[in-house]
Amino acid sequence: MSPAARNIALAIAILALATSAFFLQRSQVYLLSLCCVYVMATMGLNLTMGYAGQMSLGQAAFFGIGAYIDAILTTKLGVSFWVVIPIAAVACFFVGLALGFPALRVQHHYLAFATLGFNVLVYLVMRNEEALTGGTFGISNVPRPYLFTWSLDSERAYFWFTLAALVIVAILMRLLLRSPWGRAFAALRDNPIRAESLGINITAYTLLAFAIGAAYGGVGGVFYAGLVQYVEPSTFYFTTSLMMLLAVILGGSGRFFGPVIGTVIVILLPEVLRSSSSPALQFMQKWYLVAFGVALVVLMVWLPGGLLSIGDRRARKAAA
Amino acid sequence: MIARAGELLHVDALHKSYGAIRAVDGVSFRVGAGEIVGVIGPNGSGKTTLFNCILGQIGPTSGRVTLAGDDITSMSPLELARRGVGRTFQTLQVFGQLSVRDNLIVAAQEFESTLPRRLFARPDAGLTARADEMIERFRLKPVAQLHAGRLSYGQQKLIDIAMAFMPRPRLVLLDEPCAGVNPSLVETLRELLAELNRVQGGSFVVIEHNMDFIMRLCPHVICMVEGKVLAEGPPQAVQSNRAVLEAYLGN
Amino acid sequence: MAEFLQLVVSGIATGAIYAVAALGFTLMWQAAGVINFAQGEFVMLPAFGMLMCIGVGMPLWLAFLVTCVAAALVLGYAFKRGIADPLIHHGVIPLVIATLGVSIAAKSFVRSGYSAMAQQFPSPFPEGVFHVAGVTVSFADAGTLVIAGAIVLSLQAFLNRTVTGRAMQAVAQNTESARVLGIDVSRMVLYVFVINALLACVAALLITPIYLAKFDMGETIGTKAFFAAIIGGFNQTRGALLGGVLIGVMENVVGYYLSPAYKEGVALVLFLLVILFRPEGILGRREERKV
Repeated sequence: MSPAARNIALAIAILALATSAFFLQRSQVYLLSLCCVYVMATMGLNLTMGYAGQMSLGQAAFFGIGAYIDAILTTKLGVSFWVVIPIAAVACFFVGLALGFPALRVQHHYLAFATLGFNVLVYLVMRNEEALTGGTFGISNVPRPYLFTWSLDSERAYFWFTLAALVIVAILMRLLLRSPWGRAFAALRDNPIRAESLGINITAYTLLAFAIGAAYGGVGGVFYAGLVQYVEPSTFYFTTSLMMLLAVILGGSGRFFGPVIGTVIVILLPEVLRSSSSPALQFMQKWYLVAFGVALVVLMVWLPGGLLSIGDRRARKAAA
Repeated sequence: MIARAGELLHVDALHKSYGAIRAVDGVSFRVGAGEIVGVIGPNGSGKTTLFNCILGQIGPTSGRVTLAGDDITSMSPLELARRGVGRTFQTLQVFGQLSVRDNLIVAAQEFESTLPRRLFARPDAGLTARADEMIERFRLKPVAQLHAGRLSYGQQKLIDIAMAFMPRPRLVLLDEPCAGVNPSLVETLRELLAELNRVQGGSFVVIEHNMDFIMRLCPHVICMVEGKVLAEGPPQAVQSNRAVLEAYLGN
Repeated sequence: MAEFLQLVVSGIATGAIYAVAALGFTLMWQAAGVINFAQGEFVMLPAFGMLMCIGVGMPLWLAFLVTCVAAALVLGYAFKRGIADPLIHHGVIPLVIATLGVSIAAKSFVRSGYSAMAQQFPSPFPEGVFHVAGVTVSFADAGTLVIAGAIVLSLQAFLNRTVTGRAMQAVAQNTESARVLGIDVSRMVLYVFVINALLACVAALLITPIYLAKFDMGETIGTKAFFAAIIGGFNQTRGALLGGVLIGVMENVVGYYLSPAYKEGVALVLFLLVILFRPEGILGRREERKV
């Protein structure tokens, strides 16, 4: 497919998705919005992990920081949602920068646990600093924003708003990946030692990969808080980071649409099963996570590069 | 220290010891601007360790390295790259998941403008023309769009070497460019290096076991044995040097 | 002071359990290059295995033995053959994901198939306390310490004194050389997986009476085990012991004197300090960065 045809197909798909909100129930529209906010976060994680090769199990922490910044600033200080977005993005950018420092010392599994540990620490702060975060009860009545004078309170309006925001951040990500930075990230992932010998500042790019990925997580979190209108710590425990990681890997890390596909599977499938009334599907819902775990293992053994790598596999077989 | 006219690299009494083992034992030599110097010697004679000391991969125990008069001893690989020192590794080191063209562009893009500016630069950082010129020269045109990791060993070797020359370095250190390469490609490589030397005017230091390649490419050859410089001079003189012959045949 | 000693003693006992789980982690990494993200579930599953055996009327000791055999087969042999072997050549990340998959499947399996509630678990030790130098020690703490200590020491002895143990160490240090020396690498790695499964059973026996059997009990144990392994030094068997005990004691002390709410963060802060200032761990050897 030529790039132009591809863009047109994408635009049609996005419009179709937006239109579908007219035909879906309120709760289904809500689920679509939920997918959109999670995709913002997994897209950021895909930058950190898929493109720059830095393992991270802490994305839910940034998602949570973004959500709490929104909840605290809008409910307690009456700050506008529109002001919160850049604040959360910048705050998460800098926290992400700090989290990148261990990555300069250690790699792979060490880094996985360092970031996981960071996630636990953030969770503990959310749970324990009651004066600020409301402790285990969280913060409720988080308001939804206005677009000029148009209220985004309705489920449909908020979905369109989130979808539009997702398209914008996705385009920004695309531009970033196509810029020289994107190429440098890939070089860092493929061969950091060679990269350094070619003048690529691996320290700077490692930190940036974390920081930008974190900023995406934070922005996703802001939209999440607006969507759910309620934040509590357990949403942002490291198990959510694991789900985000799985979403990225499942779709195919280092592929632009990988996190989209992976997130839809990880977020939507259990919800579909849960809301169904058919006994067969309810049985599935009970055992869904077992099947999911087993499927992950089988997928890794069969296709270590994720779902979207199936095309490569075919091409390789055809070539062989 | 003041550099002699036309001198680019000066390695002065470089030592690197691991405990009692002296991997590099007081090596000194000079490389003039635009000069090609070959480094030969039996396996384990300290050639690669010497490279790694010069290139900041490991710190030397003592000694000095200067580039055009500036002390560059123990500088990081990044800092050296910025000062125009390029290198290739003994083993293949390409970016497997980038296209051939992107491999070449990424090799030079960090030398164009500053890091923040590059975010807003054109996607190719204005380097497509230079990359394509290099692709043409290295006969990689048919595969320019493919991922480097999918190509044959010989093609990846060409990319690897082409990358080192993309930023137009003042000095390139090549560690066994002919290792694992078939004879016809060895000849191509020799022609390419001679041509790049003419066109770009940089200095090269080449470690190589292929004597024919060294004899025909390098006007000046250094022979290392057991971490020391055993002989130095024009290739024929070094080749016929009695001590060199003994070192090679004696072992 | 007595109070402090009390905290230290019970901290050492808890830490010794972390150390047992961490030991398996370390061995698997050394010998096979496998990081098992399902390590916590490897402790949780035997706990439920034992509960099921007790449920059909077995005494605790028999339930433990039966579970050990089952664990050696499933968490040792089957895990190696089915998951580790096919994935080991694809780098670290697919294996991480696959073991995460195992972790998710195991947790949900127990929750859906057994119960989502925490289950009581019988203690292998008698109730009651005794006094030593003004410190009150429970039989449970003392017993845990004795068993964990015995396990660690006998494992060390096995690794250092027996031919098989030395062969396993050779595999851990340099797989290629070991192969050249004629060591059956695959069999040694299998032994490591089986030992890991058995260590998990012991950890389950010791920790479940304290923390109760619950489908998600592995999350805490798994991360603690990993932190303990890194803090002590991933390439040292003794390191796991030091790391585990350090975490156990520090958690108790911080929880009591500073803030119980941040007790869970102790292991993490120690871990972050270690990777920032001494990435090879307190007792670890530095490994050269490879080009």
